[in-house]
Amino acid sequence: MIVAQAKPIEEILEMIDKYDKILLVGCKGCVAVCAAGGEKEVQFLASAIRTARKTQGREIEIREVTLERQCDPEYVEQIRGFAGDYQAILSIACGVGVQFMAEHYREIPALPGLNTSFMGGALEQGVWSERCQGCGNCVLHLTGGICPITRCSKSLLNGPCGGSSNGKCEVDPEVDCGWQLIIERLKALGEFESRFMEIVPIKDWSTSRDGGPRKIVREDMRQ
Amino acid sequence: MDYPPNVKLIRVPCSGRVDSVHLIKAFEEGMDGVYVAGCLEGECHFLTGNLRAKKRVEYVKGVLTTLGINPERLRMYNLSAAMGSRFVEIAREMTEMIRSLGPSPVKTGAGREFPQEQEEGEEQ
Repeated sequence: MIVAQAKPIEEILEMIDKYDKILLVGCKGCVAVCAAGGEKEVQFLASAIRTARKTQGREIEIREVTLERQCDPEYVEQIRGFAGDYQAILSIACGVGVQFMAEHYREIPALPGLNTSFMGGALEQGVWSERCQGCGNCVLHLTGGICPITRCSKSLLNGPCGGSSNGKCEVDPEVDCGWQLIIERLKALGEFESRFMEIVPIKDWSTSRDGGPRKIVREDMRQ
Repeated sequence: MDYPPNVKLIRVPCSGRVDSVHLIKAFEEGMDGVYVAGCLEGECHFLTGNLRAKKRVEYVKGVLTTLGINPERLRMYNLSAAMGSRFVEIAREMTEMIRSLGPSPVKTGAGREFPQEQEEGEEQ
């Protein structure tokens, strides 16, 4: 999922300072799962904003809505009937959701309530970790199912580097060396000899961010 | 064993049912203080309900600080169902503490209870 976290409330309050009627829109997708932008977070943030405004003696009207997803036009359009009644849309979806709001409702400013962090998964309740950088050319079959692009701080394809020490990365003693993990996994799979000694050629990064903003077109699905 | 009449009781099946949304909404609605009375630690019928409540209380205290509301207005107490006199004591203690702080700035609209610079030191 896309993992995000709430922006500091002070930053949000500053962002909406000039408005007194806003639409707070959550998303039931990834950000609801990582407890950053779902229905409950919409309720909490709306209440916190109203509380802050009351302490200043100036009320704010907030309409709370949580859409199925903010990254699909059919759901984004569900607020069409009343979006125009508000001075701003505060979206607590990922960056995609905020941009879709901005694209669909061009007359109203769309403001981000979250910082979109990474693509990852939950290690345990309340702990999320990055697993994919969306490089557009997956190599997990070569590296024992552990991503060198994400788990290695340098995204090396032929690691480890000299900064690997006792299984940890020089970047942070808390961070596992991605290549140590890969080697251990390849050994466990009995693929160490065949895989590790093979030099992986230079990666074509044009499928990643280096190729500019990406787009996928599926002609079989297009209408 | 009378407890102050200003204390409004909201019964929940377990303190673990108390969500951060309930706590912040109480302040939004103008409550001067809120306290969660959970079972003694280690004696939760659902094992960890009171520990969850404690974490949520701590989280909301941090948010209140950010909003300029004295975090002391929110507290967590642990006591068993058999500790009636302790319940009264807590209700009185909380009432006195809130009286000394005065009404919530949410009601008065008087602005932050303390300057923004103090936030770091006061954060729970």
